[in-house]
Amino acid sequence: MNDFLMNPWPWYVVGPLITIVMVIFLYLGQVFGISSSLQHICSMAGAGKFSDYFRYDWKKKAPVLFFTVGLIVGGILTVKFLDGDHYVAIAEETKMALIDIGVRDFDHYAPIGIFGEDGFWSHLPLYIIGGLLIGFGTRYANGCTSGHAIMGLSNLQWPSLIAVVGFFIGGLIGTYFLLPWLI
Amino acid sequence: MMKNFPFLILGIVFGVILAKGEVISWFRIQEMFRFDDFHMYGVIGSAVVLGVISLQIIKKLDLKDAYGQSLIPAPKPIAFKQYIFGGVIFGMGWAITGACPGPIYILVGYGYSSYVIVLLAALAGAFLYGILAKYLPH
Repeated sequence: MNDFLMNPWPWYVVGPLITIVMVIFLYLGQVFGISSSLQHICSMAGAGKFSDYFRYDWKKKAPVLFFTVGLIVGGILTVKFLDGDHYVAIAEETKMALIDIGVRDFDHYAPIGIFGEDGFWSHLPLYIIGGLLIGFGTRYANGCTSGHAIMGLSNLQWPSLIAVVGFFIGGLIGTYFLLPWLI
Repeated sequence: MMKNFPFLILGIVFGVILAKGEVISWFRIQEMFRFDDFHMYGVIGSAVVLGVISLQIIKKLDLKDAYGQSLIPAPKPIAFKQYIFGGVIFGMGWAITGACPGPIYILVGYGYSSYVIVLLAALAGAFLYGILAKYLPH
């Protein structure tokens, strides 16, 4: 048991657990989706003054906001107690390609030279451009990986399939054109 | 509060699941968009296959949620442009930062100040969409 908690979990454990969380969400009366939280936090911060898009009773959306607080706590617990920031055994091809575009370290979940303290100031544009694209895109598409790829595809929704095709087109553009330029 | 508390617990559990599954790793996302390994496809694929089966069973048995309402979510509004344009824009951000919204929160919990900036920028992006939505093709 202890070994299981400390080692990385394989896909056939993680995938089914994600489905279970989605079904519990539905049982508790909420559609599964995380990116809506970005809209609700803006609404909570008073963005309703600027656009109808944010003008509603955000308190009614409290469940997803509690969920996001839980995600942060889950992150703290994993990194502190469950060996959650170790070397990730990615494919050799990926490693070679990343070395080619300037990635230098592979000891943690993210390259420290880019996402750690040393790389912080020089990679600020990467964080800001990346975050803006994520916030804008998920709200434009009305969902992210959880709402479209997991929830929408599970519910056999055509709009979600279109969105997921979009995710991958964007992902390829990001991988091959934007990332080499931002690293 | 009692209605919301289960979501806090569910968030903690989901955070641990995605973190232990390395789904929040920037490296795993690079590997996924380069089609070099099965891991991420296994995670998302098995979640979706089981999700389809679960929802079909729920539909057949007409199961209700905790409040007596249908468990099946309403269909998503039919449109094309908003899903493809929004999807492409999000996909670019996902590839660069290696994180979609759920993992961003988890990585903030990890203590990466870089992902705090990503989260703030994502909030700014959502705000920008809210302002510009009426001028965009949907």
